[in-house]
Amino acid sequence: MTLITGAALADGTSTDLRVADGTVVGLGRLTREPGERVLDADGLLLLTGLVDLHTHLRQPGGEGAETVLTGSRAAAAGGYTAVHAMPNTVPAADTAGVVEQVAALGEEAGYVDVRPVGAVSKGREGRELAELVSMARSRARVRLFSDDGSCVADPLLMRRALEYARIVDGVIAQHAEEPRLTAGAQLHEGAVAADLGLKGWPAVAEEAIIARDALLAESTGARLHVCHVSTAGSVDVRRWAKARGVRITAEVTPHHLWLTDEAARGYDPRFKVNPPLRTDDDVQALRAALADGTIDAVATDHAPHPAEAKRSEWSAAAMGMVGLETAVLVVQAAVVDTGLMGWPEVELAMSRRPAAIGGLTGAAQAVQVGRPADLVLLDPSHRRVLDTTHLAGRSTNSPFLGRSLPGRVVATLFRGVPTVLDGAVRAPEELTAGW
Amino acid sequence: MSDHLLTTRGFTRDAAVRLLDLAEDMADTQQRQVKKLPTLRGTTVVNLFFEDSTRTRISFEVAAKRLSADVITFSAKGSSVSKGESLQDTAQTLQAMGADGIVMRHPSSGAAHVLATSGWTRAGVVNAGDGTHEHPTQALLDAFTIRRRRDGDDSRGRDLAGLRVVIVGDVLHSRVARSNLWLLTALGASVRLVGPPTLLPAHVEGWPVTTGIDLDEAIADGPDVVMMLRVQRERMTEAFFPSAREYARLYGLSVARADALPSTSLVMHPGPMNRGLEIAGAVADSPRSTVLEQVQNGVAVRMAVLYDVLAGERA
Repeated sequence: MTLITGAALADGTSTDLRVADGTVVGLGRLTREPGERVLDADGLLLLTGLVDLHTHLRQPGGEGAETVLTGSRAAAAGGYTAVHAMPNTVPAADTAGVVEQVAALGEEAGYVDVRPVGAVSKGREGRELAELVSMARSRARVRLFSDDGSCVADPLLMRRALEYARIVDGVIAQHAEEPRLTAGAQLHEGAVAADLGLKGWPAVAEEAIIARDALLAESTGARLHVCHVSTAGSVDVRRWAKARGVRITAEVTPHHLWLTDEAARGYDPRFKVNPPLRTDDDVQALRAALADGTIDAVATDHAPHPAEAKRSEWSAAAMGMVGLETAVLVVQAAVVDTGLMGWPEVELAMSRRPAAIGGLTGAAQAVQVGRPADLVLLDPSHRRVLDTTHLAGRSTNSPFLGRSLPGRVVATLFRGVPTVLDGAVRAPEELTAGW
Repeated sequence: MSDHLLTTRGFTRDAAVRLLDLAEDMADTQQRQVKKLPTLRGTTVVNLFFEDSTRTRISFEVAAKRLSADVITFSAKGSSVSKGESLQDTAQTLQAMGADGIVMRHPSSGAAHVLATSGWTRAGVVNAGDGTHEHPTQALLDAFTIRRRRDGDDSRGRDLAGLRVVIVGDVLHSRVARSNLWLLTALGASVRLVGPPTLLPAHVEGWPVTTGIDLDEAIADGPDVVMMLRVQRERMTEAFFPSAREYARLYGLSVARADALPSTSLVMHPGPMNRGLEIAGAVADSPRSTVLEQVQNGVAVRMAVLYDVLAGERA
C-alpha cells in the first residue's frame, strides 16, 4: 500500500490518497498504516494520469527514432498513463496482427496503456478500407482509426469509413490536409513563408477538409475526431459543426498553442511540423477554443525523428516534434499561467476527455475511490530551461530546448506503480519489482 | 568586411553603396590589359552548385580567378551528393580540405543560411541562389547596372533615391525579386510587383512594396526600370496560368508596351530569357535593354562580394 499525503486536487482541495493493488482505495484525511510507503505530495498538484490521443511510437519499422518502450518512457516522463499509438509505421498498423503486436509491446514495456490506432485504409494509401472491425475486435480493442500523416482525402472513402466504423462505434480521426493544396508545402502560407521563399501551406487546406468531413459525419451519423487543429478558421468550422449537433471532437497540440511561424525564420528544422506552425492570431484562437471547450483535448502529436533527419536544409528535413515530455508544461505556460484555464479544465482536456474519445472508460473519470490509480503529481511552481536531459525518449527533436518552461512532473503512477519518481523515469526492472 | 553574403535583407543604404562602390573599383581593374589582381592569392573558393546554372557558376568562377583565388567547382550531379550525401557531410568535407569560401547554389530555400550557421564549416558563405528565397549577387549587379546607366562615371557614393522600379512576372517563385526588393528599397528606390494573382505571394504585407495585377497600368505610370522575371513553362501544368500566349498577352513586355515607356526607362532581365514569352526579342535587343550589361557587371560585383567576404582574417 502507498499513501500520498497533502496533495492538491485540480479544484484546489487538499487530500491524502491511498493506493492498493493498482486502485485508489482511500481519499480524504488518512492516517499512515504500519509499513505503508509514504509519498509526500505537499505543495504538489494531483491529476488523473494524462491520456494522449496522438503519439507516434514508430514501432514497427522506425526503431531508430523511437520504440514502444522508449516512447512509453517519454510518455511517463510527461505524466501520461495512456497513449494512442498512430498507425503510420512500417508496416502500417492496418491489420489485427500489427495492432496486437503494438499493444503487446506496450504491455511488455509496462509504463503506460498503449492503445493502438488502426489505419483507415490498407497501407494508409487512401484507396481501400482496412479491416476496421477485425482491429476493433482484436485483443488490441482498437477504437480510433486514422491514416494520420496522410489525409483520407477521397470523399467517398471517408464517407464509407465513417459509416463502416459505426459497427464498432469507432471514431475516424482525420488528419485534415487537402493534399492538392499542400503539394510540396513547407510552412504556413503567410508573411514568413513569403519572406523565406518557402512554399506556403494554406490554412484552407485544413479548414476545407474539416468542413467537408463535418458534413459527412452529420449525414452518416458517425463519429469524427479532428487531429491537430491548427488554424483560427478550423476553430470556426468546429464551432459551427458542434452547433449543428455533429458528433465531432477535436484536438490541438501543445506546440500549436505556443509557437508561431516566426520560429522558422532561422530555417531551423526543429520547427518544421505538419500541420505547420501558424500565426499568433491562430495561437490565440486555439487557446480560446481550448478554454471554452470548442476544442476538446490536447494531444501531443509526439513525432520522434533521428538527429540526421533534422540536421539539414529545411526542405530536406522531416516534419514533426517530440512532445510527450513537455506537453503539460507547455499547456501550463500557454493557458494556465496566462489565466485562460484552470487545472480542472486542463485535467479535462489532457486526461478525461481524451480518455472518453479513445474509449478508455475506466480512465475517463475524476480521482475517486475504486478507480485505477493512474495519477500524475505536478509541481507547477517549478521553472527550468529545457535541455535534452529532460527528454526521456530516443529522439531529441523538441522545439522547446533552450526555452524556459514552468512546471515539472514529479511522479507518475500507472496502475498504482510509480513510473516516474522525483522527476526521474524508473528503470524497467524497478517497475516489475514494485516500489 | 562581412562574414557571409546570404541575403540583401537588412542591408543599410551605406553598406549597399559601399559594396557597389567596391564593385566600381573592381570594374575599373577589368579595363586594364592585365585583369588579374593578387588579392585572394592562397585562398580557396569552392563553387558548390546543387543546381545547374552555367552563367552564375561561370561568373563566380571568373570573379574568383581574377582575384587570384584557387577555384574548385563542385557540381552536385554525378558527385557523392547525388548518391545521398547530406549537406552536412559535403560541408564538413570541404572544411576538412581547407575551403576558405563557399559559393553555393542550392534548390532549397535557406540552404545557404543553414550552411553558414550550422558550424559545419568556417568558410565564408556566398549565397548564389537558394531555392525561391534569395539571389543577392543578382540584386547587387542589377542595382550596379541601374546606377551606372543613371549616373555613369559619377556613380560612386550614390544611392537610387527616387527611382521607381516595376518587377514583373513570377514573383512567387523568384529569388531575384526577393533580393531586389530588399536591396533596391534600401537604396531608396520604390518597388512595385506586378503579376497574375497566382504568381504573387499571398502575404506581402511585411514587404516595402506595392503590388498590382495590371502591367499596362504600371507602364502608364512611367517607371524608371521594368525588370522582367523569367517564367518557367512548367508553371502552366500547375495551373498558375493557362497558356504561354495568354501570359505573354497579359504580362509580356511587348514592343508596344516598351514603346509606351518613357524614353529613358530601362528594361532588365536576369536571364536566361524566354524571348516571346515574358519579353519580346526586339525589346531585349533594344538600347533600353541592359541584359548584356547585367552579365558583364556580374563579374565585377562578384569580385567585390568575394573580396568583401574573404579578404582579411576570418573569425
